[in-house]
Amino acid sequence: MRILEGKNVTKHFGGLAAVHQVDFDIHQGEVVGLIGPNGAGKTTLFNLISGSLPTTGGEIKYKGKKITGLKPHQICRKGVARTFQSAKLFAGMTVFENALAASLFGTKRAISVPDAEREAIELLDFVELSTVGTMLAKDLPIANRKRLEVARALATKPDLLMFDEVMAGLNPAEVAQAMELITKIRNKGMTIFMIEHVMKAIMSVCDRIVVLHHGSKIAEGTPEEIATSRTVIEVYLGE
Amino acid sequence: MDLVGVIFKRPFSLGYLFLALILFATIPLYVQPYFVILLTTVFMYIIITVSWTIFSGPTRYISLASAAFFGVGVYTSALIGKTFPLPVVILAGSLISFILALFIGLLTLRLRGMYFIIFTFSISELMRNFLLWWETTMTGTVGRWVVMVEHVTVYYVILVILVLALLTAYLIRRSRFGLALKSIGEQEEAATHIGINATVVKTITFAISAFFMGATGAIMATKWKYIDPRIAFDPLLSFMPVLMAIFGGTGQLFGPVFGAAVLAYLEEILTTKFPYYYMLLFGSILIVVILFLPHGMVGLVQKWRKGGSKRQNANS
Amino acid sequence: MIVFTTILDVVIGGLIMGGIYALIAVGLSLQYGVGRVLNVSHGEFIMIGAFATWSLYTLLGVSPLVSLIICGPVLFVIGFLIHRTLFQYLRGQSESIGAFADSSLLASFGLLFIIQNVALLIWKADIRGYSYLNSSVSILGAIFAANRLVALLFAVVISLVFYFFLTRTRLGKGIRAAAEDPVTAQVMGVNIHRVLAICFGLGALMAGFAGPLISMIYEIQPTMGLEYTVIAIIVVVLGGLGSITGSLIGGFILGLIGSIVTYFDPGLSLVAYYIIFILLLLIRPTGILGKG
Repeated sequence: MRILEGKNVTKHFGGLAAVHQVDFDIHQGEVVGLIGPNGAGKTTLFNLISGSLPTTGGEIKYKGKKITGLKPHQICRKGVARTFQSAKLFAGMTVFENALAASLFGTKRAISVPDAEREAIELLDFVELSTVGTMLAKDLPIANRKRLEVARALATKPDLLMFDEVMAGLNPAEVAQAMELITKIRNKGMTIFMIEHVMKAIMSVCDRIVVLHHGSKIAEGTPEEIATSRTVIEVYLGE
Repeated sequence: MDLVGVIFKRPFSLGYLFLALILFATIPLYVQPYFVILLTTVFMYIIITVSWTIFSGPTRYISLASAAFFGVGVYTSALIGKTFPLPVVILAGSLISFILALFIGLLTLRLRGMYFIIFTFSISELMRNFLLWWETTMTGTVGRWVVMVEHVTVYYVILVILVLALLTAYLIRRSRFGLALKSIGEQEEAATHIGINATVVKTITFAISAFFMGATGAIMATKWKYIDPRIAFDPLLSFMPVLMAIFGGTGQLFGPVFGAAVLAYLEEILTTKFPYYYMLLFGSILIVVILFLPHGMVGLVQKWRKGGSKRQNANS
Repeated sequence: MIVFTTILDVVIGGLIMGGIYALIAVGLSLQYGVGRVLNVSHGEFIMIGAFATWSLYTLLGVSPLVSLIICGPVLFVIGFLIHRTLFQYLRGQSESIGAFADSSLLASFGLLFIIQNVALLIWKADIRGYSYLNSSVSILGAIFAANRLVALLFAVVISLVFYFFLTRTRLGKGIRAAAEDPVTAQVMGVNIHRVLAICFGLGALMAGFAGPLISMIYEIQPTMGLEYTVIAIIVVVLGGLGSITGSLIGGFILGLIGSIVTYFDPGLSLVAYYIIFILLLLIRPTGILGKG
């Protein structure tokens, strides 16, 4: 089943086309990577999908239904969750409260506070953050911040998870742990769409990769195809 | 027994609250009328400050519209006070403020930061200047006389509003609604991405805070007896709750209560003898607090106590 | 039928108000756009300038035009020092730009209360005025007081000189560049603390010029500050946040609007300003020339 579809998705800022006529198709259960040089429009595309920004043109469908024009909280409740490039945690709240908030509000079905608390604890366990539950989010080191972002996204019970450079700033050991986490999530049946610069991770974890450059899609294919594509190599070497 | 600890750590333990309530409910029986009137004014400021903090505390949207909501209550009282009984007047004042806040909220909560602050201030000032013009040009009179209400009655009404406001603030703070508010204040974009309908949450909270301000305005008008746009929509009413809340600290419910109580009392005793000195003092306090006490007085005491208990544990 | 002289009256009256508005708006714009402080005590600086002029004139016979040359620099220094100490300390303390914006706003509130009440203690709450250059001048049939025309002249000249300073001179361009990209400027050896404080001081300089001019034309009261601050904010938003030119143009536009409204009903001018402002914030917060 196509879980996410985009047709001719376009975003203009003034005269500049940050995203230009991009098509994409993501099937349930896939792990799809989104790569491209800085400024290629990757985060903007995520913003368009999650509802942070309105599109200038084109259409995005989730599970067959149009989501362009909906507000972020509505899209979240339908089952799309995302993390942010610069982890936008609730800094002054505890780790536990961060997860709890997402459990409480992230789904269409009403949930009681005790149930939400239980879920939050389970999730913190899943991302291996249970020991720091009472720590303030702003005091977390970067690897744990990323974990918390993931936990928070998971708490909204998504079917589609969008990671925006979740491995940025991590050392090699932490990158490996992140890859394990992603695999764990994938094994739970969720679809993943991820922006990444850490090539090793993208190549090993993704089923397919989409490449953006200056707002347009310039290539799409399996990791092998992308790794050997002349277009892609030129774009990256040229930068 | 560590009295300071008790007061600042758990001021709201039920026993003390009950005692306090009984104390304040019976006070008119055994103190001078002057003191009852003083308490009324102090309670007024506490209500406005606590209401302000209900919205502006967690969301960090500094609202300067308090004068507008208070003034609406005052004018409702002046306009319908002669034809309707007091409870209806107060309820009307509260509801009209509530609706006004809903309207403003839906219009403007997309404005952030500075824009929101300036906008809310403009609303208050627009109302003040418009009514001033209207009263002079159209109605011919500037001031209005309000049906007088006995000062003890005013006191009890204010006490009831205060209790309701505190209760509401407490319940919101402890509920999931309060968690949503905090999330919005911490990181609004992330909050919307975890399913929080920020617009609705902000608007409703803004309206709730306006409700109590309107109620307070309606009853205070009966105490002042004479009102005009300058009194009803005095910009100071927008500035004071900000000052008082920051002085007391917005982290805990007790902060705005403490801040308003102390500064309102100071204002009452300084106003008669040293009217300009008290504003000077307040301005200086504000700067000192902003520079050195970001969490207000309550935050300061908490830090001091944490340091104290650490020292105790180290020594034992 | 509206007579030509009436139109001239309204237009020139609008330009006079507009000149002053432009001056105070440019001042505020510098403090906000560059110093990053929304200085709500701006009007109090204007008030101090006005009252100092009043005192100097009534006690020592000093011409307001001379006071202008005194008040400007004095307030510049005071503004510079306040920014260098108070606001830069706050900036160092703040966790984010947003937090700094809030705390600096609140701190300037504190300043507002302090300055206004010091003035009230010195000069009491009465309305003051004096007459200077009261003779009438006739332009194309409409009659104006000489002091108003002189005020207009000074306001326009100061605004233009200032505009040229910021946009054509090396120092001016350097200041603006440093303000727009403080990090690079610091790397290039610019003492960014001094530059930001200078900009804030320049805003106070404008206030120091506007105060004396206002005192020449209008009656003054220690509580007059807030109204001017609000007008300055409205003009800055109208012209576009961050645009000095916008503030200049916006000032004259608002002055003209004010003059027209005053012609019909003086009590409505502030109401009109607020309505325009609110509509502006809702429909086009970036203003006429703003960068958004």
